[in-house]
Amino acid sequence: MKPAALWRIGLVIGLVALLEVLCLAGVIDKLTMQPPHVMAMDIWRMLASGSLNAAIAKTLGNAAIAFLLAMAIGVAAAIAIHRVKAVREALDPLFATYYAIPIFAFYPLLIILFGLGDAPEIFIGTALGVVGVIVNTLNGLDRVPRVLMKTARIARFSTLETAWRITLPYASPYILSGAKLAVAYSLIGIIGAEFIMSSSGMGYEISFAYNNFDNATMYPLIVLVLVVAGTFNAALGRWEKALMARRGLV
Amino acid sequence: MNMMTNLAQVSLRGVDKIFPPPAKAAEPIHALGPIDLELRRGEFFSVVGPSGCGKSTLLELIAGLSTASRGEVAFEGRPIAGQIPDGVGVVFQEDASFPWLSVADNIAFGLRRMKLGKGEREARIERALAMMGLGPFARSYPSQLSGGMRQRVCIARTLVTEPRLILLDEPFAALDQQTRLLMGDEVLNLWRKTGATIFLITHALDEATMLSDRIGIMSARPGRLIDIVETGWPRDRDSRIVQEERFGTITARLWGALREESIKAIGRPGGGGQP
Repeated sequence: MKPAALWRIGLVIGLVALLEVLCLAGVIDKLTMQPPHVMAMDIWRMLASGSLNAAIAKTLGNAAIAFLLAMAIGVAAAIAIHRVKAVREALDPLFATYYAIPIFAFYPLLIILFGLGDAPEIFIGTALGVVGVIVNTLNGLDRVPRVLMKTARIARFSTLETAWRITLPYASPYILSGAKLAVAYSLIGIIGAEFIMSSSGMGYEISFAYNNFDNATMYPLIVLVLVVAGTFNAALGRWEKALMARRGLV
Repeated sequence: MNMMTNLAQVSLRGVDKIFPPPAKAAEPIHALGPIDLELRRGEFFSVVGPSGCGKSTLLELIAGLSTASRGEVAFEGRPIAGQIPDGVGVVFQEDASFPWLSVADNIAFGLRRMKLGKGEREARIERALAMMGLGPFARSYPSQLSGGMRQRVCIARTLVTEPRLILLDEPFAALDQQTRLLMGDEVLNLWRKTGATIFLITHALDEATMLSDRIGIMSARPGRLIDIVETGWPRDRDSRIVQEERFGTITARLWGALREESIKAIGRPGGGGQP
C-alpha cells in the first residue's frame, strides 16, 4: 500500500478514536452523539433485527435506479450534445451553473407532476446526478484523438458503432469520474427527498429518529449511508485507476 | 526486376481540393491540384513535397476521407467520391492504437466487420502478430510498448484485413533514424508478402528513395506533381541499398527538384547560397 493511502487510513482511524475518547470522556454529551463503538453495535443490532431493512432497501433501491437513469441519460445526452457544436455552446454555461439551482425547492411541483411515491424522489436523485455525468462524459469525448475518428471512418462504422466501439471506450475513465459523482448525488437526492416528502426510507427514518432524540437509530443509519457511498465510490475509483493504469496514465 | 503489373489500381484525373475560406473576408484555400496520377497495381509509390503542400490531403482523397472539389478519384475503376472503398487500409502518422485494448485485440479490431470463422480470424491475427514481430506482446497494452511498436500494431491492424491498397501517412515520422530504417525493411517485407499496392506519404527523401518503385514530387501549395522519379530498384530490396551509389544520386535528384519548392513553402527567397 502506498504511503498516501496509509496516511489516509490512519487519519480516519485517528478521527474515529478521537471521537470515541471525546464521547467517553463526556466532552461530547450522550444526547448529541454516541461513541463510535456504540454506533457499530447499534448497526449490527439494527441489521440483525431487520427492523429497518425495508427502509434501507427502499432508499438504496431508489438510489440505484436514480444512478442508472443518470448514467444512461447522461451518457446518451453527452453523445448527442457532443455532435452538435451549437447545442454544446448553448448548454455549456447552463451546465456550469446547474448546481447553483436548489432542485429540492421544486418538490411541491414534483409532487403535483409525479404524485406521492418514489417517482419524485427518483427524479430528484437523477436530476442531481445527470449533469455531472454529462459534463464528465463530454470532457472524455473532447479528448478522443481525431486519428481514432478517422480510423472509425476507415472501418466504415456507423455513428452508434463509433460511439460504442471507439469514443465511449476512450472516454471511459472520464465517464467513471461522472459515475462517482452520480453515486454521491443520487444518494444525496434520494435521502434529501425522503427527508422532506416521504413517509418511508432511510432519510425519513433519520429525520424521525432525530425528532425523537433516538440516537440509537439515527447514527447507525447515517454511518450506513457513509459506508455505502464510500464503498461504491472506492470501487468505482479502483476501476477508474485500473483503466488509467492500463493506459500508462497512473 | 520489378514485378509490378501495369494495371492502374488508383487513378486521379484533374483532381483539385479547395477548402472554404477560414474567415469571412478570406479567400478559399486551393490546397491541391490539379493532379493526374495513376498508381499501378502492386507498386510502391511514395510522395514527397514541402510542408503544407497537400500530401496528406491527397492521401485522404484516395482513402475516401475527403471529397475532391474538382476531378475524379477512382479505385479499381470505381469513383471514390468520399465513400471509403472496400480493400483500402490506412496507417496514420499519429498513434492510432486503442489504449484500452491489448495488442491482439487491437489487431482483431480490424476484423470486426468481416464475416470470418473463428479459425480464420485467429489465424489472421497470429499471422499479423508474427509478421510484425509482436507475438510476445500479444497480451500487452499499447502504453507498455515503444512508439515504434505501437506503430507496428497499427500496421498489423491494417494488414489483418488484407487490403489491396495500403495508404501510409508518414507512419515513421515520430521514430528515430535507425528504427525508421528497420521499419522500412519490415514494410518492404510486408509489401513483397502481401502483394498490396503501397502509397506512402513522407517528408524523408532517403526513406522515399529506399522504399519506392516510383516517387512523386509535389510542388508548394497548391500541391501539384512536378516530377515522378522511377528508382528502378529490384523488388527484393532492403535498407542496405542506402550504401549504393545510385541511392545518393536519386536522393539528390529529389532534393534538386524540391529545394525551390521548399523555399517557396517556408516563404523566403532562395537561390542565394552555394549550388
